[in-house]
Amino acid sequence: MSRINECFKQLESQGRKALIPYVTAGDPDPKVTVPLMHALVDSGADILELGIPFSDPMADGPTIQLACERALLHGTRLLDVLDMVAEFRQKDSTTPVVLMGYLNPIEIMGYATFAEKASAAGVDGVLTVDLPPEEAGEFNVLMKQAGIDVIYLLAPTTEEDRIQQVCAAGSGYVYYVSVKGVTGSSELNVAEVAEKLDVIRKYTDMPVGVGFGIRDDNSARAVSEVADGVIVGSVLVNKIAELAGSQDQIPEAVAAITASMRQAMDK
Amino acid sequence: MPTKADLAIAKQMPDEGGHFGDFGGRYVSETLMAALKQLEQTYEKLWRDPAFQAEFDRDLAHYVGRPSPLYHAERLSSELGGAQIYLKREDLNHTGAHKVNNTIGQALLAKHTGKPRVIAETGAGQHGVASATVAARLGLECKVYMGIEDVRRQALNVYRMKLLGAEVIPVESGTRTLKDAMNEAMRDWVTNVDNTFYIIGTAAGPHPYPKLVRDFQSIIGREARQQCLDQAGRLPDALVACVGGGSNAIGLFHPFIEDADVRMIGVEAGGYGVETGQHAAPLSAGHPGVLHGNRTYLMSDDAGQIIGTHSVSAGLDYPGVGPEHSYLKDLGRAEYVAINDDEALNAFRHLTQVEGIMPALESSHAVAHAMKMAPTMDKDQIIVVNLSGRGDKDIHTVAEIDGINV
Repeated sequence: MSRINECFKQLESQGRKALIPYVTAGDPDPKVTVPLMHALVDSGADILELGIPFSDPMADGPTIQLACERALLHGTRLLDVLDMVAEFRQKDSTTPVVLMGYLNPIEIMGYATFAEKASAAGVDGVLTVDLPPEEAGEFNVLMKQAGIDVIYLLAPTTEEDRIQQVCAAGSGYVYYVSVKGVTGSSELNVAEVAEKLDVIRKYTDMPVGVGFGIRDDNSARAVSEVADGVIVGSVLVNKIAELAGSQDQIPEAVAAITASMRQAMDK
Repeated sequence: MPTKADLAIAKQMPDEGGHFGDFGGRYVSETLMAALKQLEQTYEKLWRDPAFQAEFDRDLAHYVGRPSPLYHAERLSSELGGAQIYLKREDLNHTGAHKVNNTIGQALLAKHTGKPRVIAETGAGQHGVASATVAARLGLECKVYMGIEDVRRQALNVYRMKLLGAEVIPVESGTRTLKDAMNEAMRDWVTNVDNTFYIIGTAAGPHPYPKLVRDFQSIIGREARQQCLDQAGRLPDALVACVGGGSNAIGLFHPFIEDADVRMIGVEAGGYGVETGQHAAPLSAGHPGVLHGNRTYLMSDDAGQIIGTHSVSAGLDYPGVGPEHSYLKDLGRAEYVAINDDEALNAFRHLTQVEGIMPALESSHAVAHAMKMAPTMDKDQIIVVNLSGRGDKDIHTVAEIDGINV
């Protein structure tokens, strides 16, 4: 069983929901990322989403665009991101790590090479924002062979017949984008999200994580009541940006946010 | 060399998923998939509807001013001493460039889908102006995204858009040029997808844009083909057009795809020279990758990050290219070359002086290449150059290079 499945199974038996923080690898400096990943796990994170920096993050708002720019200033490449995962794995062999990003860096590395290196580094899942299942035939096959879950997005605009199709292509969990917009944008409406999750669950037994628009303990708790996982990104990345000048403080300060969300979710 | 059967297939591209061989497709985030499917269905239905065709043709005739002339540049041709150069005068269209052929078509689609708001990205500002123009005519709210670097070098077009009632949003992210404007327009579309029609200005982006933009622009090639037969009694030997995203080029080329004897030459922006790395010539010096919703030739580094481009012409300053050009290149049906900034500027001045026609700096790249080719060809051969836009918008840039403050 994959680390992601194992993780959700265990959470289910404990009656808890997954807390899934996102940070951009190499932001604001490559040295910060691995200690930050460990701090997030210590604070109660269940799965880590690690962003692959990209020059043109079309689906992201200003917060994550700037995170990519900071990471790219240090030349953080996909290979470096894989090294970070490998380093993280030296001390943590259980927490699932999902890489999230855009297709071109993976395309240029080559799908087969990426699958092999990612698997060797200890990557559990990959979410490629601009690779819908329609274009992912070969990609899916290679990732599956390498034992890597391919996680797909569903959106408020996704129609029912397509929900079925997307769920059939993916594994691990489904990432439901709670708002129409880019990352870090508007407030989410939990009632609307709950309604859509009911529809999604008609078509899949996979856990459903919800992301976009979760910015504090209250929204994390509210989403955890309806979803299997709570994905939080921009609010953490904003804290990283704030502390870019004093990097030593980043792991503790960011983990304080996720620790507080964890508490709110477990109440 | 592609066979006759290859060309017959090429003419029918793309496939149902929007693929031109290995290129094209629909590489976007999930939120946009429904909107793209809706657009595809609307387009496929309307494009085959005689009433829609009649409406489109009427607008092209009476609003745009088509057909645009095919002009035999006799003085330029005789001076070069080789092939006869004919200019397809897209610069004479309403708003001064070929861009309006496409915005008229997409505005009709917006009208039929009932969306009250349109957005566009623009480089040189020609597509922004053409979008603002059709939005004004149809009473649609219009926002145009433009890199702040381009806002500076195309100040005249920025003001034109404002006069037309559009809001111009300067984009400060990334390299602050066309690619960043496109990123920002995509972000707007994701956020406002329910009430917004995105008018993409070039034959790139996710399916169905490369196809529908090509279809709307193909009026250029259909007219040019017939005009050349009428005036010269035969087809041209070569077609030459500049390629940024490549909408004017694909519009000229597409109706000639099965005319295997007609060479098709796309001219990319060589900037300071392809060998310097400071250029915008992905077909000449890039490799396949994925950006802005399609797989195509791109300028990205060995880690897959998109590289900053350079061209004196804002409209060509883009790291990607429409997927059909990538396909035609790999098929061997079209050739792609690069013309440097200084050669384009020289052609801008020369055509102005010997023919009294001031080309856009984008189109000047095509003129420059035709000026290189013509002397190597016979006097009874014909080159059709797509004069995709007029140069008024570039006077400021050229004056700046001359050290003159206008």
